[in-house]
Parts: sequence; structure tokens; C-alpha cells
Amino acid sequence: MFKPTNNTQVAVLVDDVVKQFNVAAVPVWRKLIRRSHQAAENGNSTELKARRGKEVITAVDHVTFNVQQNEIFGVLGPNGSGKSTLIRLLSTLLLPDQGRIEVFGLDIEKNDMQVKRLINRVSVDAAFFKKLSPKENLLYGARLYGVSGPEANRKAKEILKRLGLRESSYTSPMEDMSRGMQQKVAIARAFLSQPIVLLLDEPTTGLDPRSKLEVQAFINELRDTHNATILITTHDMNEADAICDRIAILDEGKIVALDTPDGLKKLVSHNGQTPSLEEVFMQLTGKELVEKDDLTDFVPEKVLA
Amino acid sequence: MIKGLQLEFRQSYAFIARNFNLVKRYWGWEVVWLAYSIANALSVTFIGAGAGEITGQTDIDTDFLITYLLIGTLVWRFLASIFNNISEMIAWERWEGTIEYTFMAPVRRFNQMLGQTVFAIIYSLIFTVIIGAVVASFFELDFSEADLVSATLILLVGSLSFVGIGVVASILPLLYPERGAQMTNIVQAFFLLVSGIYYPISVLPKWLQVLARFSPATYVLEGMRAALLPGTVDKELTSFVWPLLLMGLVMLPLGIYLFQRAERYTKRTGKLKRSG
Repeated sequence: MFKPTNNTQVAVLVDDVVKQFNVAAVPVWRKLIRRSHQAAENGNSTELKARRGKEVITAVDHVTFNVQQNEIFGVLGPNGSGKSTLIRLLSTLLLPDQGRIEVFGLDIEKNDMQVKRLINRVSVDAAFFKKLSPKENLLYGARLYGVSGPEANRKAKEILKRLGLRESSYTSPMEDMSRGMQQKVAIARAFLSQPIVLLLDEPTTGLDPRSKLEVQAFINELRDTHNATILITTHDMNEADAICDRIAILDEGKIVALDTPDGLKKLVSHNGQTPSLEEVFMQLTGKELVEKDDLTDFVPEKVLA
Repeated sequence: MIKGLQLEFRQSYAFIARNFNLVKRYWGWEVVWLAYSIANALSVTFIGAGAGEITGQTDIDTDFLITYLLIGTLVWRFLASIFNNISEMIAWERWEGTIEYTFMAPVRRFNQMLGQTVFAIIYSLIFTVIIGAVVASFFELDFSEADLVSATLILLVGSLSFVGIGVVASILPLLYPERGAQMTNIVQAFFLLVSGIYYPISVLPKWLQVLARFSPATYVLEGMRAALLPGTVDKELTSFVWPLLLMGLVMLPLGIYLFQRAERYTKRTGKLKRSG
């Protein structure tokens, strides 16, 4: 297995990455109906139809950043800003249309199998075979990463105990567990393969405050004791503030700010008052979104141009 | 080297163990499906038992007809079960929502297919033996002159090419998240029609007879009938094995190659994410 050589290494490199998707084109008859309908409401709104009928959306737009080994790197952004697409690109589940992504110097396209051995991911939706028990799901997941059954069984019990899962739940079907409990099993599954780069896509969504803290402590522990690098997306500003070394704010597929939590706060501070990370987020994304929405919803495009 | 092999073995075993766990957890469905399959096999073989009464002829060898239909039923049940298990592996994962996790793991598709194939063959064999035993208990059939070893060999060799076809068919749910699983049934229907499951292919229109020669099930059925009903087919058993081996050698690597291409396409277009 690949071993990083020193602590100042770049763990994840994202260089000018673009990812676009084709979306279903609006049929001509629907365009015509919409056009006549909207023309009746607003004579100047015909310029909007071309935007709505376009076939390509850009989910990640020329994104560049790197994550140092042993760093906890946060990605914040409103819904639909491209956070999950970015995580999927890093997970080798999507291929970039442009740019390059490297994990410890290994290109995710050319060396995908080596990269896969180094990473693991926890997604917002705990994806499991719901009829199977945590034990059966975890053993399946661990074997895919080459961990033996007995070793996986022992480690899984340790991790789940640490995350506060009852022992009796270990052999019951996942469908009988709460969403929060399922999420804890998902976290245990990712930790079982001992990844040196862990991708966490809103891992604490749906967890109660106590469970959130347990998971956050576990993430910190993983970084400190296993030298892991962690890239996390979250909507929880307090969580981001508490555990992230640096944070990138993503909006409409673009990075609008990247700094330490304190650095971001300084960026938008007024009158010497330190804003919360939530205020920073609203300042950098919400306000801008409102402005853009205002423009695109009420002003014809030819006026904008 | 040994460590590498151990890793590959564990990965393939992961799929075998997972699938048997799913069978265990969905045992109710297995019982239903088994009962349906037995009823289906019986209803087909009773056509043989009733052939005399249906046609009004008294000189029909009903035992032969029952055995003929039973072989067709069991072979089709076996091959269809393998095909379903392979072709639906993606549909299952989409349904459960685990497809991204499986595709993100450092597993070569060959290891995944190997695990899935071993499971499919063991599962289908157990299923077919149970159906065969139950149906045979309804009739007094004489298999004293049957060549069971050759029949098993032909069945196993034939199953390889069906695995290959299943792998190709499994691309459909990968490319078409909503309709892909249903589309695999069309592939299966084609083989059901042209392979001579319940009738000799000579009764088919000429153009369908040509297509029948491209179906591995045709050779499996002819080979099985030659082994289990001696004297009915005037050919050496090896003449059925060679086409099957050739089809297996072509279809297996071709299936994996096409699957890898399709996987790359889905990663390009973002179709893995869809769960519908």
C-alpha cells in the first residue's frame, strides 16, 4: 500500500477542475407553451426561456485548492453549490471534464485503483443493504478493502461502541435502526478500511447534538492518531468552525473564499466586530445569490449584458 | 503475491457472503419464488403427461415427453437464475442505494463478477436440484441410462457463456437507471424463444433457427437431452461442449470489457448517482 513520506505533503490536489452534466432539454412544445404563458404575464421575459431550456449545467466550475496531509478541510456551500459533486469527483465516482485531481500525487483517473485504497467516504444518505445487519454490512464493506472477517468484526464492535451504538443492534436489520444510528454505522464502515484520506459529505446531518459531538471527537481522533487527512462538507457552521483547519466556500460551483475560519471572519468583519461563520457564509453566498436572483428573475438578459 | 491473492479472494468472497446473507434475510421471497418455480415446472411437465388425452393418440411415449419437458424446464430455470443473478446485480445495488459504495471500493470488476458468478452457480444449482427433486417425485422417471456426469459438465460449461451474457445485460441497468432492469427481461425472452426449451428448434421458422445457433442455451439443452435421453440426439457430446466453450471464452471477457466501458461512461455522465 502507498505510504505518504512526510507530514507537509499535499494530500489532495484539485487543479482547475470542471464538471458539467447534461440535463434533459426542454421539449419544443413545452418551450412554446411556457413562452406564450409567460409572454402573457410579462412581455419582456422571453429572454429567460433560453436559459431555462439549456442542456448543460456546470456543477463544478474551475475549482482549484489543495489539502495538506493531516489537515481537516471544510467545504461549505448552499444546496446545489457543487459540494457533493466535488466529493464524488474525489471519490472516483465521477470523472472530471477538465483539470486534474490527485491524491498523494496519484491521478484519480490513471491510478484509480491505488487512489481507491487510500480513500473512503461517508455520504449524507447512509447507503446500506437495509435488510442486512450492521455486522453483515460492515463485513461486506471491510472485505472489499481486503480486511479479514474476524479483524473487521473486532474493529467494527470497537468503533460502534465508541460511537454509542447498542451491542444488541449489531445483528439486527439496519431498517430497524434510526437514521442517526444508520449514519453511525456508515461512519464506522468508512473508518474500518483505515483510509488516509477521508471524505465526509455532511456526515452529521440527522444526528442528535450528543452524537454530533461524538462523531466530531472521533474525526479529530482519526486525524491525530491515524495521521488521516479529512475533507468534510457540512451545513453546520458551528461544526465547521470547531473542527476545520481551513474552509472553502463554494457557490454555484465556484470557490468564493478559502481561508482559516478566523481568516474568513476577518474577511467580512465590520467595525472591528468578529462575525460568526454563519454570517460570513451569508455574506459570501446568500447576499450574492439574492443579487443574482434579483437580476435573473426581474431584469431581461439583454439589459444585464 | 500470496497477500495479493488473499486480497482478491476476500473481495470476491465479500460478494458471495453478502448475497447469501441477502438470501437469508429475504427468505420469505425465496420460499415464494421456489413454490412458484415448482408449480411452473409441474404445470409444464403435466403437458407431457396429458399429451395422449389432448391429442387423442394412445401411442405417445409420455415418459419421454415428460422427461423432455422436465429437462427443458430445469435447464431454463438454472440458466435463467444465473442470468438474473448476474444481470440484476446492478439493479439490486441501485435499489438498495449501495452502488456508489461498491464502485468506490478498490475492487477489480473481474473479482466482483467472479464472486457474483460463484454465488449465482451455487444458488441456481441448489434451487434447480430442489425443483427437479420435487417434480421428479410426481412421476416415475427412469434415469438409469442417463449420463449424469456429462449432463453436469455441459450445464456448467454452458453457464459460463450465460454469465458473460448476464454481464453484458447488467450494463443496461447501469446505463438506464429507470428502465434498464426491465430491458434485461427482453434479452431473457429472446433466449427463451429461440433456444428450444420446450420444443426442438427445428419447429421454429428458418430465421429463428439461425438465431438459435447463437444461443448457448440451445447447445446446453441439446447436450443435456443427449446425455439424459440416450438415443434421441445423433451427435457426440463434445459437439455441444466446443460451441459452449467458444461462446464462454468470447462472452466472458467481452462482457467485462463492455461493463468497464459502461462504468466509465456512467462516471463521465453522472449516472451512477441516480437511484430511480
